Amino acid sequence: MSSLIEMRQISKLYPNGVLANDRVDFSVERGEIHALVGENGAGKTTLMKILYGMEAPTEGEIWLRGQRVHIRSPIDAIRRGIGMVHQNFMLIPSFTVAQNIVLGREPLDRGLVNYTEALRITEQLSKEYGLKVEADATIDSIPVGMRQRVEILKALHWGAEILILDEPTAVLTPQETRELFTAIRKLTERGKTVIFITHKLREVKEISDRVTVMRNGRVMGTLKTAEASETQIARMMVGREVFMVVDKPPVQRGGVVLQVRDLTHIAETGHVRLRNISFNVYAGEILGVAGVEGNGQTELVEVLAGLRPATFGTAMVDGQSLLNHTPRKVRELGVSHIPEDRLTYGVALDANVAENTVVDRYYRPPFTRNGFLSVGFIMEFGNGLIRQFSIMAPDASVPVRALSGGNMQKVVVAREFSSQPRLLIAAQPTRGIDVGATEFVHQQLIQKRSEGCAILLVSADLNEVMSLSDRIVVMYNGAIVGVFPDAQKVTEEELGAYMLGLKKQDPAEMEAYL
Amino acid sequence: MSFDVVLRSILSAAFVGSVIRVATPILLPALGGLISELAGVTNVALEGLMLIAALVGVVISAFTGNAWLGCLIGVACSAVVAILLAYFHLNLKADIILSGLAINIASSGGTIFILYLLTKDKGSSSKLASLSLPRIAIPVLDGMPVLGPMLSRHNVLTYVAVLLVFLIWVFLYRTRLGIHIRAVGENAEAAGSVGINVRRTRYIALMLSGVMAGLGGINMSMGYLNMFQRDMTAGRGFIALAAVHLGNRRPLGVALASLFFGFADALSNQLGSLAIPPQWVQMIPYAATVLALVVYALQGRAAAVERARRLQERLQAHVEATGGE
Repeated sequence: MSSLIEMRQISKLYPNGVLANDRVDFSVERGEIHALVGENGAGKTTLMKILYGMEAPTEGEIWLRGQRVHIRSPIDAIRRGIGMVHQNFMLIPSFTVAQNIVLGREPLDRGLVNYTEALRITEQLSKEYGLKVEADATIDSIPVGMRQRVEILKALHWGAEILILDEPTAVLTPQETRELFTAIRKLTERGKTVIFITHKLREVKEISDRVTVMRNGRVMGTLKTAEASETQIARMMVGREVFMVVDKPPVQRGGVVLQVRDLTHIAETGHVRLRNISFNVYAGEILGVAGVEGNGQTELVEVLAGLRPATFGTAMVDGQSLLNHTPRKVRELGVSHIPEDRLTYGVALDANVAENTVVDRYYRPPFTRNGFLSVGFIMEFGNGLIRQFSIMAPDASVPVRALSGGNMQKVVVAREFSSQPRLLIAAQPTRGIDVGATEFVHQQLIQKRSEGCAILLVSADLNEVMSLSDRIVVMYNGAIVGVFPDAQKVTEEELGAYMLGLKKQDPAEMEAYL
Repeated sequence: MSFDVVLRSILSAAFVGSVIRVATPILLPALGGLISELAGVTNVALEGLMLIAALVGVVISAFTGNAWLGCLIGVACSAVVAILLAYFHLNLKADIILSGLAINIASSGGTIFILYLLTKDKGSSSKLASLSLPRIAIPVLDGMPVLGPMLSRHNVLTYVAVLLVFLIWVFLYRTRLGIHIRAVGENAEAAGSVGINVRRTRYIALMLSGVMAGLGGINMSMGYLNMFQRDMTAGRGFIALAAVHLGNRRPLGVALASLFFGFADALSNQLGSLAIPPQWVQMIPYAATVLALVVYALQGRAAAVERARRLQERLQAHVEATGGE
């Protein structure tokens, strides 16, 4: 019997010359959970976009239920029973859950949209597949996990038999992830087929029946998950052994570098984003901030980095206030900042590597002399950092745009680490970069820590927070709800409970450890 | 003492009536601006579209002797030009603001040019025997002492405008097309992903905004006045856009905002009798627009500060209750 989906010899050459898929063979059986793994840029998403009709393959054939098909658009894919849940949700924020689910196929009653019927449809779907949603709540008022369930229900309402989930757990807490997995299993029990894109090996082991590994646009192989080990899959992904554990010397804690007290930030929209945040970061330690994204971590980083005003509270670096200054002033106080949005705040894409490495210091000698930039010195400086940080660039005169995501991040890291900071704020330092570059950034962070730098690490990747941090605080709804003085002694489940707001420590008890 | 006269006339039923009268040519284009704004395409050409309809309506009614035919063809012309704007923006990928401004400038000059061709007059159409749309006396209301002068004997388009506030609400929130317009404006990619034709939806939204602006223009030249005058819209198309935002992009809010601007307009008319330089008085509606938009922007921030203050109080109360621990 033929497979449900068979993609044969698929190639995708983008106009800019990138070969995203190179003669890929990929097949999925009915009713299975098939994990598609690989590093960023391995071609997973491109392959799925081809299957979903968002991209046309340059070469190759798609066979669906034993028949050759041409999928011309997402709508075409949906009609053939293929649904996709994207990383950025395709939902209308001000519409309710029910309105979103029926969008495009609203039930009518005498020419007008029948909202009661939409609610009924939503509740029925929700019950049928065990995906809990609040049908009458607007999307902007519900948590990310529920938004994802809305997306899945929407696809099911459109009659999806095959569901493609693009890194669905990236935005979820461990508990929400577990709920999602339960729901996925229920879907396959009902005969649905699930393709699960991820790069988290633990999830692959936990949920999938089979796994296809991609690297550099090629399929490295398809395995039965039960017969493959994590190390084996990892080796296929990167082509070498990866160290899954970060090696770090014991902490040598020095004096207080960053002291934050009662920090509160209220956004222009009136939403309270930070509530009375207090903590210290000491020299020579890494303080990890865990939390589901959107619980104030971004605002905390931006307030400390001078990108947003604080509404009230204090934050001092070595006794000097760093609030409500310009980013330049903040940096002059000895603060470095690896921003979470690399493309917007981290690099200037069309400037070259050398220029990007001096944007925080170009105005000072020796980078500027007598009011003019010392172009030669800046170029030399950039080339020096390229060697020191093993940035894969021919020389410092190439524009940053030409580099891969991992190497762009290395440029940011090179700049931020070379300014001899007292405090380093690292926000999502390894987001979207490959395993090799991630490892490098981790080593550099540990190195800075050994040199006595105080590091505030904010990451949505729980593993990263747990393996790098000495102490961990958990943020929920703009407040610190838990502090763990020894990062080695806390489990993922424990952190998850705090991240979801299920547990909360007493503020008075926390105080001693903050 | 003359101030006293003005005050007395402002507090009269006739003044309320005039507010409603002058609010109509703001409300009609504002409702059009609302529809296109919600679809994610800002129509800054409302002003020019109004002028086109205003002139065409006058000319057609003068030549055919049928006011309704003038109205119909005027509105149709405005809608066609709005579709042209949609074509520039959606097919040729021109910037919608720049294209809209181009239409405004072309309309201002073009209407004067056509007016001159037809009447050898560059100022107004007073030489044309154009017609107006009827005023309507509401049966029972008309005889009442206060409500009569306020609400009766308005131009038929005033009542149409009021009706449209309700109809457009139903359209935007209860019909498929209206819901799709809002979806497209909020997240075009998401709307497209469920098979909604984003471009077609925006075409329709811009066309509807052209129809509404056209009705506003007809109201200017075939109701508010009984002729066409050069640049007679005098910025109402832009004030209408301000009303869209001041009204929080909701039909009823837009209606209230239009009434506010109508009030400013009527006030400026009324104060004309005072011994103040008329230039100052004529500034009132526009100054009110700027002021209203500033207040609108500040109120968002004020609400944030207020919330901050309340939070601060709660925190302090907590600190005091726990003895500063």
